[in-house]
Order: sequence, then C-alpha cells, then structure tokens
Amino acid sequence: MFQHHARIERNSILLLVLTLVVVSIGGLVQILPLFFLESTIEKVEGIRPYTPLELVGRNIYIREGCYNCHSQQIRPFRDEAERYGHYSLAAESMYDHPFQWGSKRTGPDLARVGNRYSDDWHIAHLTNPRSVVPDSIMPSYPWLATTVIDGSDLAEHLRTLRVVGVPYTDDAIANATADFVAQANPDGTAPGLLARYPKANVRNFSGDVGKVTELTALIAYLQVLGTMVNFSTFDEHANQR
Amino acid sequence: MSESTATPATSPGYVRPLPDYNDDVVRFCTVATVLWGLVGFLVGLIIALQLGFPALNLDLPWTSFGRLRPLHTSAVIFAFGGNALIATSFFVVQRTCRARLWGGHLPWFVAIGYQIFIVLAASGYVMGITEGREYAEPEWYTDIWLTIVWVAYLVVFLGTLIKREEPHIYVANWFYLAFIVTVAMLHIANNLSMPVSWTGTKSYSAFSGVQDALLQWWYGHNAVGFFLTAGFLGMMYYFVPKRAGRPVYSYRLSIVHFWSLIFLYIWAGPHHLHYTALPDWAQTLGMTFSIMLWMPSWGGMINGVMTLSGAWDKLRTDPVLRLMVVALAFYGMSTFEGPVMSIRAVNALSHYTDWTIGHVHSGALGWVGFISFGALYCLVPTLWGRRRLYSMQLVNWHFWTATIGIVLYMTSMWIAGIQQGLMWRAYDKLGFLQYTFIEAVAAMHPYYLIRALGGALYLLGALIMAYNLFMTTRGLERDEEAMDEAVPARPAPSPARA
Repeated sequence: MFQHHARIERNSILLLVLTLVVVSIGGLVQILPLFFLESTIEKVEGIRPYTPLELVGRNIYIREGCYNCHSQQIRPFRDEAERYGHYSLAAESMYDHPFQWGSKRTGPDLARVGNRYSDDWHIAHLTNPRSVVPDSIMPSYPWLATTVIDGSDLAEHLRTLRVVGVPYTDDAIANATADFVAQANPDGTAPGLLARYPKANVRNFSGDVGKVTELTALIAYLQVLGTMVNFSTFDEHANQR
Repeated sequence: MSESTATPATSPGYVRPLPDYNDDVVRFCTVATVLWGLVGFLVGLIIALQLGFPALNLDLPWTSFGRLRPLHTSAVIFAFGGNALIATSFFVVQRTCRARLWGGHLPWFVAIGYQIFIVLAASGYVMGITEGREYAEPEWYTDIWLTIVWVAYLVVFLGTLIKREEPHIYVANWFYLAFIVTVAMLHIANNLSMPVSWTGTKSYSAFSGVQDALLQWWYGHNAVGFFLTAGFLGMMYYFVPKRAGRPVYSYRLSIVHFWSLIFLYIWAGPHHLHYTALPDWAQTLGMTFSIMLWMPSWGGMINGVMTLSGAWDKLRTDPVLRLMVVALAFYGMSTFEGPVMSIRAVNALSHYTDWTIGHVHSGALGWVGFISFGALYCLVPTLWGRRRLYSMQLVNWHFWTATIGIVLYMTSMWIAGIQQGLMWRAYDKLGFLQYTFIEAVAAMHPYYLIRALGGALYLLGALIMAYNLFMTTRGLERDEEAMDEAVPARPAPSPARA
C-alpha cells in the first residue's frame, strides 16, 4: 500500500485532485441534504419577513457586532427554557440572511428578548447599560440615538433579499421606505404596513420626533425577536424529526 | 552559476548548484508576520481589558468591543497566521523542490495582494462593514479580492511543485497544498452573497437560518482544520526535522495521518451547533467525526515529537527547538480537548462559555503561535544571511514569558467557563434558578483580569522576539554565554587523576 503512495507523491496534479475529492465528501454529505429534506425546517404559523424598520435594526445589530457576545439560539434545556423561553425553532431564523445564532454568551441570549423589556428600558440600556444593570460589561452605544436614517435605499435591500429567497411582495418593495417611516409613527396608525407585516409593533419606539434614528430601528428589531410564533398553539410533536 | 561551470556535471566532485531562490518575497512576508502579530496580540489585549473595564470601549463606534473583536481574530488568524504560512510555504516549497518560485512576479502579487486584503478587511471592521459571520466577516468586495489573490497563491505553489527537480513531493508540501486548496473551497462556498448595490458595501448572505449556520461552521471549523492546522503542520514538517537534524520519525505515519486528517476534519463543523435547531442527524455526524479526529491529530503530534529521537538533548540547549516541541505538546493537548468538548453532554456545559475561548487560545497561542515563532527564529538568520540569531538568551526569555502567559490564559478561562456553565444551570432548593445572568457576568471579573495578564505576557514575549529578530537582521550578535555552556558543566577531571 505504502509503495503505491509514491505515485501520488510524484504527481502534483494527482495529489491536488485526490485532496480535493477527499475534502469534498464531508461537506456534501452534511450540507446538501439540509436544502432538500423537508423535515429540516418546521411548518409553523406566524413567521414573516422583517419589516423595513426591523431590517434596518437588524443590520445595525450586525454592524455593531452584537453576535460576538449574544447568542440567538435557545437550547432545549430546563434552565434555558426558564431563563429565556421555548427552545429555538429552525423556522424562526428561516428569513435571517445571515443567521445570528452566535457562539458565545458574554451577555444573555436574545432569541426571545422581544416584549420582555419596555422601550424605555432599551433606550436607557443601549445608551448606557450600567444605568439599568450596574454590573453590566456591555459597551455603551450613545451614537445610535443621534444617527438619523432616511431609509431611502430600502427598496433595494428588500429586492436583494427577495433574490436570495425572502418572500417580499412587489407591494412590500414599492412601499419599503413608506413602511419604514410608518412603523415608527407616533400615532400608531399604519394600515398598509399591518396588512403586509401582520402583528408588527407600530409605535414611536424611542421618542424621536419627525425623524427615525438608529436607536428606534434597533429597538424595533429587538422587540420582535422571538415573538412571531405563538407557542400556546404550537404542537412540538407535529414536527418530530 | 559561474563557479559550477568549472566542474563538469559528470565528474565525481560535481555538486548540483542551488537554484536562484526567490527569497525577497519570503523576507517581505516574514516582516509582515512579525508586525501583524504584534498588532493582533495588542488588539487582543485591548478587548480582554474591555471585558474587565467596559469604560475602555470609549463610547465610540470604532473602538467598541463588537467591532474590535473581529479585528483581533482576523489580525491573528489571517494577518499573522496567513503571512506566516505564505512566508514559510514559499521558503519550504523552493528548498524541498530545489526550484525557484514559479510565476515571475506572481509571488509578489500574492504577497502584496494579501496585505491589501488585510487592510480592506480591517478597515471595514472598525467602520462597521461586516457580513456578521464569525471569521468570515469581510464584505463581498474584500471576499472577491481575496479569491483572486488566493487563486494566484495556488497557481504559484502548484507551478513550483510541477517544475521541481526532486522526484518526490515532500510531506510538508502535501499539507501546504491541502491547506491552500481547501481554504479556497471553503472561502468561495461560504461567502456566496448578494450585494445590495455594486457601489455599496452591504450584501446579504445567499443562505439563511439553519443552512447558513451549518455552512458557516463547516467553514469556521475548517478554518481551524486547514488554515490553523494543516498549514502549520506543513511548517512543522520542515522546520522540526531541520532544526533537530533528524529525519521525520515515520513516513508511513505521515501518509496515514495526512489523508485521515483532511478527510475527517471537514465533517466536524456541526459540533459548533449542538442542541440548536440543526437536525440531530447532522449534530451526531459532527460529534462522531470530531471524536475520530483525535487519532490523526495525535498522529501528527507523535510524528513531530518523535522526530527528536536521538536529539532530545537539544531541548536543553536550543530554545528554538523547545518552542516548536512545546507547540506540538499544545497541539496534542488542544486536539484532545476539542473532541472531548464535541461530545454533546460536555458541550451542553461548555458551549457559549469562556471554556471555548480558553480552548481556542491553547491551540492558537500554544500551537500556531509557538510553531510560527520557532519557524521565524529559523528563517530570519537564513534569509538575512546571518551566522546566528542576535541572542539565544532572549529566545529563552520569550519562551518563558509566553508559556507563563498561555498557562494563565488557559487556566483562567477553564475556571471561568465551567463556573459560568454551572451558574447558568444551578437551581436552589426551592426549584428556582439560583443565579440571574448578571451574577454570572460579575463572577467573571477576576478571571478576565487574569486572562488579560496572560495576554500581556504573551505580547511581551512577542516584543522580545521582534527586537531579537530586528537585531539579527542588522547582523548583530549579542555577547552572551552560549546556552549549552549555561548548564552546570561536569566537574573537570582533577589533575592528580589525569
């Protein structure tokens, strides 16, 4: 056997090709089935694409590298269920490009942080975490409250996401910027938005007047995390796999 | 060339002349390795201190932890590690093939193009331009640039292998080739994404949720497996035998552990996703292959360490060889710890905690760092045509400061991680969760300070190395006792008995 190895050692191209074959097998066997097996992602009610405002908030979450310290993936353990809520479903991140499951909990998991704290708490916490959690080691993000976003390029963002598989309608793309403004509307009225994005939170998230800041968008994103599925009607045995 | 013409090639005294090696490009990447290493270690120390003292985030976007942490990981893995790999692979492939680097100016394109990639990636991070996937943070335009540079790297390396004058391809080059070609595959597949606009920086990953997660950790774990392992094993297979003056311990073991290592590593990614929404069958496959991976990993360690058979005494007199042997010991340790942590029951405790950070750093500081330092100490005198290093005593100082630094780092993170994991799952006698999350955060403070001290010592060691290497390039030799004379000599034979 070892004598025959000399043939490979004398031929660079053979060595290259064999190496490529050997390193391809594992990935092909593990990754490709995930795209074809229907059991990979559960069928559940309620998951919708992010609203334009939530999407902007999510992009700020990514930009600031929040995933370096916060996971968004609750494991099926008793303590995690009590601390964070129901374990995470694959369906809950099916529109996340990219996923933000994270790998480290320097801070707590955020998969179900939505509706757990008030908007005011988030405003105070993001501006200076130690004003509400004295032992916190999270950085302060004071610039979020002072950076205004106009959202004029949001149609392009939604169109790009549709190319990679998020089901935004033509209607949603045409109204992207309008929906962005409407969701943060202090009156709380946005009929078209709620038709396109059922059960979206519509309110003035951070007290901005006549403008939308990064703080508003980030809070809108945090407040929707993990709230789309109604677990009182969720049958986990229907998705046994 | 001119001297060789004096002796005809057929005469018995004929010595085949050495080719005109391209060492300028190796020198360039060697300097880059040292400089980027210092930057990467320094940023690591800064973010370690930020976790102890959050005021050090300075309330500015460009200096906050979330932006600096990718800067640290990319600087040490891709800038320090990547330049070390390019420098040594270009050095080794020429010597072991007895051929000048193929491709004319193409090696220079690789070397300079790679520094451009680093600057593009790093400047993006501090400005908040990121794809938001660990170790694959650079945005689409940087990814495309790296793909071009990397393909050129493959072409140069393969071209040199093809025009070699030695009949066999040396084992170090198998590992370098596997590293280059696999990283190309991983990088391209994992970074498939759709830019929002061709003039903007933002893109959205082509994949989402569970598929995106597995693809990312297939990439992420094999950045460890091929970038930080296979490539550095290539380095080990040249510099350890060379420095020890002994042949590689076992040719058969090299064959077996090479093919099994590259086959098994690629399956291990799902162990980063235990108990997540990834289907169980994929988690189980990942765990099984991770445990099997223990064997080929130790095959490499044994082959390296046993190469010292008959030359063990050199550990006492040659701190450069000692660095490389201790690197192999750390490699063996972290490739044992890894499979243990990939077991689901262990992972349930260790995942999301600082134990993982400790594990990564025993491999990164111990294995990758030490084997690179060893290679740098071998390379610099050769490349600059110096008789020896400026100072062996300073190598010894580097060795001990860095080793103590690693021990502080690893042990503090072990304790921190296990304590964290236990506090999160602790229940009081009434059946309630015993600790709030923030209590576990506060409990980490002393360990974060010890870790920062460990990191500071490691950085100090690297500064000592940079000074030593700089003085070596200047052609200076420190007047000092040789290391082999520093050990107490045997008593001289008495005149009466003589």
